[in-house]
Amino acid sequence: MNTFYYLVQNTLPVAIPLLLVALGGMFSERSGIINIALEGIMLFGAFFGCLSVYILQGFSMNPQVILMISMLVAAIAGVLFSLLLSFAAINMKADQTITGTALNMLVPAVILLFAKMRFSSDGITTDVNFYIKEIPGLSKIPVLGPLFFSNTYITVYLGLLFLLLSVIIFYFTKFGIRLRACGEHPQAADSVGIDVYFMRYCGVGISGILGGMGGFFYSVGVMDGNINGHTGVAGFGFLALAVMIFGQWKPLKIFVAALFFAFLRTLAYSVALIPFLNNLDINQTYYKMLPYVATMIALIFTSKKSRAPKAEGIPYDKSK
Amino acid sequence: MHNKLSSPELKKKIKNLSGSKGMSAFTAALLAIVLGLIFGFIIMIVASPENSLSGFGMVLLGGFSRLGDVFYFATPILMTGLAVGFAFKMGLFNIGAAGQYTMGMFCALYVGFMWDLPVGVHWVACIVAGMLGGMIWGFVPGILKATMNVNEVITSIMFNYIGMYLVDMWIQDNATMYVSAKTRTNYLPQSAQIPSLGVANSNVNVSIIIAIVIAIILYIVLNKTTFGYELKATGYNKNASTYAGMNQKRNIILTMVIAGGMAGLGGAFAILAPSTIAGSSMTYEPISVIAANGFTGIAVALLGASNPVGIIFSAVFISYIQRGGTLATMFGYKPEIIDIVIAVIIYFSAFAILMQSTLAKSLRKFTRGKVKESNANANNANAGPAVADKKKEEV
Repeated sequence: MNTFYYLVQNTLPVAIPLLLVALGGMFSERSGIINIALEGIMLFGAFFGCLSVYILQGFSMNPQVILMISMLVAAIAGVLFSLLLSFAAINMKADQTITGTALNMLVPAVILLFAKMRFSSDGITTDVNFYIKEIPGLSKIPVLGPLFFSNTYITVYLGLLFLLLSVIIFYFTKFGIRLRACGEHPQAADSVGIDVYFMRYCGVGISGILGGMGGFFYSVGVMDGNINGHTGVAGFGFLALAVMIFGQWKPLKIFVAALFFAFLRTLAYSVALIPFLNNLDINQTYYKMLPYVATMIALIFTSKKSRAPKAEGIPYDKSK
Repeated sequence: MHNKLSSPELKKKIKNLSGSKGMSAFTAALLAIVLGLIFGFIIMIVASPENSLSGFGMVLLGGFSRLGDVFYFATPILMTGLAVGFAFKMGLFNIGAAGQYTMGMFCALYVGFMWDLPVGVHWVACIVAGMLGGMIWGFVPGILKATMNVNEVITSIMFNYIGMYLVDMWIQDNATMYVSAKTRTNYLPQSAQIPSLGVANSNVNVSIIIAIVIAIILYIVLNKTTFGYELKATGYNKNASTYAGMNQKRNIILTMVIAGGMAGLGGAFAILAPSTIAGSSMTYEPISVIAANGFTGIAVALLGASNPVGIIFSAVFISYIQRGGTLATMFGYKPEIIDIVIAVIIYFSAFAILMQSTLAKSLRKFTRGKVKESNANANNANAGPAVADKKKEEV
């Protein structure tokens, strides 16, 4: 039972970044823009989030307050960075995949350059303890207490809150419906007076907010508040894209998919603690490959009946 | 009158700017490069203003002092550039060149260490092994795309990670290949190393010549064979080419296999290069980092407009500014500055053609204004306005 508690406690902080970033990808793609730059947006957000933590850690503030402020910083950084993609993809009608790749290459180089020149290291190391041992009161509830209210990070609850917000915006607001229309049939959307360019800027912008925050949550929940330009976010942006496809561009399915992938990853890194797996004596590297292999297999099964937004990847031209 | 004489000239220039396809790709690449370099310069000013001029000068001109190395480092990225560019022609985005490169490097290393072959044959066998390794790693995303319609971008990214983890594990588990005290691979036997071209203080070797020959072969395949024609036709319009009876599935798989082979060769060329220090060789350090040369290949392919001959030049250019970037460390800058420049170049080259045609359009507007002006000035010139009007229609 303790192993089970351990796995759940460690899965959630990993699942949340995947969830947020995949939701970001969903908003972007449902508006019609393929956002392969999520990896770069995550890293960019994580870098500025950690920079904010680094600056704030000198003041004796509550760690959770520092986290929230830095989260906002990461979101702003993400949204600003995403403008580069929007401008190229929407105004300049550039190839979205290539632009995204360029942005993914840009971020680690910028981070390494500035970290090396300012901190003489490959990234930012902070020493604020965001870890929550137990939440007073709630952690005493049998079963649920140890599962969801001990040994955790506040990012888990924030992430679930953002999931709820995303569902509401996506399904129950005029904005959400208009956004989805732009990804399916922009000409039709335009003909009823929706500003397709604006909606697409919004879609990519939301993916910038969620991607930036997701990146920062990754550095909090997975990297203990540090970020490094070399390892970056270890392909989480790309995994999030796979999560999004696996979740069929729908928020709640994405949530389930994110939990699944995060569980696999946690399992891979906790083999030594699980007697059954440890006794099998398989090289740890195979477990580390597990999330990537699982992504492939998941894609093989979902790609045939894939429900990708119809107009994604196609620049919208008013004159056509 | 003077204006009238110059306007056809201008028109010709504009036509050159936006007219021929090769020319337009070239000027687009040039535009992207200039913007990338300007951006790099700005970053250098922000990072350390006092050294920025000498540092930037080094980036621009430093490569000349290391010409041997320019060609040596151009070889692997020329191959990964071909891997990306060849797939581009078919409309496939092979972002997995990094994984194919790593796989090729491993297979070359394996044959280099584990097989005992005669001198003269050994290094050739290593190169072939590298190509096969890359081919396998390109084949899987290809067959998944062809039969299951799995997005090749995601699969090849996943294969980058899987390949990197596998290779690092295989190397670390092999006592002949891996020296755990140095956390690097051992020195390759002399017979497995590619013959050097004998340039002083440089590792430049025969592989650059092989790479250029391969690029030319690919150019011929693309432009003179049925397969190349089908490939390009699919890149232009998938449905039309299927309708015309071209075998999509076979072409997708074949393209990815060839692309993978190119990247694999890149990995082999990089690791099998001879060293200037006697008794040593290139080594690989398994530290779970995805091969950067794979991603540089994307920049090389885009700059070269996916044309194999263009890719030769863009690979040499990228290698050239990379050398300059390495030399700029003398002024306190970090080599990452060049990665930034390359990323910016890719970013701009994604829409450089459009940017260029907008530029050409505004240039045309500008000349049109000039023609009008000249008409107003020379109002008694016979048939002046009519000619000008005609010109207006032409442009």
